[in-house]
Amino acid sequence: MHNDKNLFGVAALFDTPDEIINAAKKVKSSGFKYYDVNTPYPLHGMDDAMGLKSSKMGYVTLFAGFAAAAFILFFMWWTIAISYPLVIGGKPFFALPAFVPITFEFTVLTAVLSTVFGMIAVVFNLPFNSHPLHDTNYMKKVSSDKYGLVIEAADELFEEDKAVSLLKDLGGKDIEKIYYPEKEEHKIFQPRFLVFLAVVAILTAGGTYVTLNKFMYLPPFDFMLNQNKGLAQAKSTFFYDEREMRTPVEGTVARHFIPYAYQSQADTTEVLADPLLPTQKILKLGQEKFLTFCSPCHGDYGDGNSRLMGQFPAGPTLHSDRVTGFSDGRIYNIITNGQNVMPSYARQITREQRWAIINYIRVLQRAQNPKPSDFTDIKEINKESGQNASN
Amino acid sequence: MPQTESGKPVVESGYVKKELPKNIGTIGMSLLVLGIILGTASYLIDPARASFSYLTSFVFLVCIGIGSLFLVSLEYAAGAVWSVPFRRISEFLSASVPFFLILALPLFFNMHNLFIWTNPAAVAGDAVLRQRATYLNIPFFIIRDVLIFVIWAIFYYVLIKNSRKQDLTLDQSITTRNIKFSIAFIVIFAFSISIFSFDWMMSMTPHWFSTIFGVYLFSDAVWVALAFTTFAAVTLAERGYLTSKIKKDHYYSLGTLMFAFTVFWAYIAFAQYMLQWYANLPEEIVYFQQRWTGVWKIISLALVITHFIVPFLLLIPRSSKTNPKILKFAAIWIIAVQFLDSYWLVMPSMVDNGLTFHISWMDFTFPIAVIGLIIYLFSLLAKKNNLLAIGDPKLKRGLDFRL
Repeated sequence: MHNDKNLFGVAALFDTPDEIINAAKKVKSSGFKYYDVNTPYPLHGMDDAMGLKSSKMGYVTLFAGFAAAAFILFFMWWTIAISYPLVIGGKPFFALPAFVPITFEFTVLTAVLSTVFGMIAVVFNLPFNSHPLHDTNYMKKVSSDKYGLVIEAADELFEEDKAVSLLKDLGGKDIEKIYYPEKEEHKIFQPRFLVFLAVVAILTAGGTYVTLNKFMYLPPFDFMLNQNKGLAQAKSTFFYDEREMRTPVEGTVARHFIPYAYQSQADTTEVLADPLLPTQKILKLGQEKFLTFCSPCHGDYGDGNSRLMGQFPAGPTLHSDRVTGFSDGRIYNIITNGQNVMPSYARQITREQRWAIINYIRVLQRAQNPKPSDFTDIKEINKESGQNASN
Repeated sequence: MPQTESGKPVVESGYVKKELPKNIGTIGMSLLVLGIILGTASYLIDPARASFSYLTSFVFLVCIGIGSLFLVSLEYAAGAVWSVPFRRISEFLSASVPFFLILALPLFFNMHNLFIWTNPAAVAGDAVLRQRATYLNIPFFIIRDVLIFVIWAIFYYVLIKNSRKQDLTLDQSITTRNIKFSIAFIVIFAFSISIFSFDWMMSMTPHWFSTIFGVYLFSDAVWVALAFTTFAAVTLAERGYLTSKIKKDHYYSLGTLMFAFTVFWAYIAFAQYMLQWYANLPEEIVYFQQRWTGVWKIISLALVITHFIVPFLLLIPRSSKTNPKILKFAAIWIIAVQFLDSYWLVMPSMVDNGLTFHISWMDFTFPIAVIGLIIYLFSLLAKKNNLLAIGDPKLKRGLDFRL
């Protein structure tokens, strides 16, 4: 609704804060809506004089702050209590007091950055950077020692002569007509600016590199490197075997680990018994581990029919009378220690998993050599579940 | 300084002195008498328990009085203009400062009930207390604390007397002089409030120590002083006892400061807690263990919510900082919570003296006297003096203050 295609508005300068506040009040009471005041510093009372409502930007800050606090608390909880539980300083995984400083910092940082970027995007309307007031005499004055007021041509009540005379009546000086720039858009990435960005990037990156990779290795910053301590792979002048890293004392046991007591015992039939019940969950686990670790040699059904047959000393069938007669404890011992060409699986398969595999082997064996009662059992089971026995 | 004509400051406050309703003084006096009677009764029934209740209320009163005096001196030292219309109110609220010495006398006579280190047998059997006996002994304790109360009273008389004299003489040089006194007071106050907090509260758990403890009490003192000033200022301004020039812009600054000190308290309290929680050293953690057992766990958690979260959320919006109703509510809330905090600081240490804690009616007798004393002194001083510092050269700028 420009009355004049090129005219942006009429601007006037004032000398004192009182004059500009008075002028703003008068312009407002004259019914103008599209006008603005520019001052070198925030003026107390200007909000009231211009009848400005309080900014909505506070809600952005508030929301960003709460969202950031919620996010960072969730994030810390998830990382240290769920995803990778780690005991630090003997505190609980979710040690709230230790998280408060981080929550505080993150909340403040996010709230501030959201406010700044929100303001740049909404109020300054970036990337628009060709406001008509740029590069005017008016802008130079109001950013040093004068107070300015602009009545914009976009206002419905705007009439050029009336606006000028109104500003004159209010005591405005240097009344200036501001026109839209002929070229509508400024490029935001001007060559000068791009060169500046490149120089800043190179200086920052180079400075960081030199600081971290050179300065930190020069005295006095290198004190961390010259400590009286043994380094992992270094040669020792102190120990007779010239190794900095010490092997643990014989008999040292890792925490939460109980050593296998029957390492040298060939037959553990007497001492080891299956502690697990053959529930569906255990059999599923046994099947999974059997298919992973055992089936490559012994075959998917434990019959020795594997893809290694004929290429390699084939794993024997597990359905022979000999193996069927093995006690659970003996099979456990074989998995743990290995036998003939079969290596030990103690490192790959946990104790519980070994027992689960044994349970599963028993199922395979039973399936190969069923008893007559098994068929009646199955019939009964199928009858109960309402299925046809012949299936 | 504002512009002067013929050497005298321009005073256009529009202030006309109006007498406060007479019943305010009566209410204050009756609350005071009631509190004293009930307090004396509780002392006769159980002196040891009553000593702790009395100390709680004494800490509460000291926070109000010395916090208000700090606000007065802060205004002078910082050259603040917005608070000039409210300075007289802070001055009246600090009127209890000269009485601290008299009010502390019952505590001096009951030190053996409060402090385990006054017991020679306990000190002899405790290596830590033997080591600290150079500081924690009865003569030195009395000397330094009497000295603190006397110094505070002297600064009160000088600052307030000068301020009142200015109403009559309109002498600008009084402001200059008070600025110097205020700066001296703030320096001394920083040390003395630390010593006060160490002596009267920290030494009840004599093995425990926290260097930030004085700052904790400082944050409390300024917070509650602001709450009292805000409540009195808003109430008086609304009913026309100040001038009509006081607008929401003035309230806004009071609300902002209350908000700021809410956050400041949380910062200090958390800093004190987190370091000791993290280090988990036996001699440090004992203080928070006392405050995390039984009913104290509930009170500690309630303190986090009432002392920080509620006033924080309440005072965030600009609209609530300019709304007289919300400000008055926040002020009363803060005063109540400040008493809870004094309670939290003093009461759990009963365990150190071999007593077991249970909430008693005695705890609520002395605060009645405190509130009564504050109201009575306020009405007494309001009768004799202007409610507005009409001689202050910054008053015009203070009244013209706009956001």
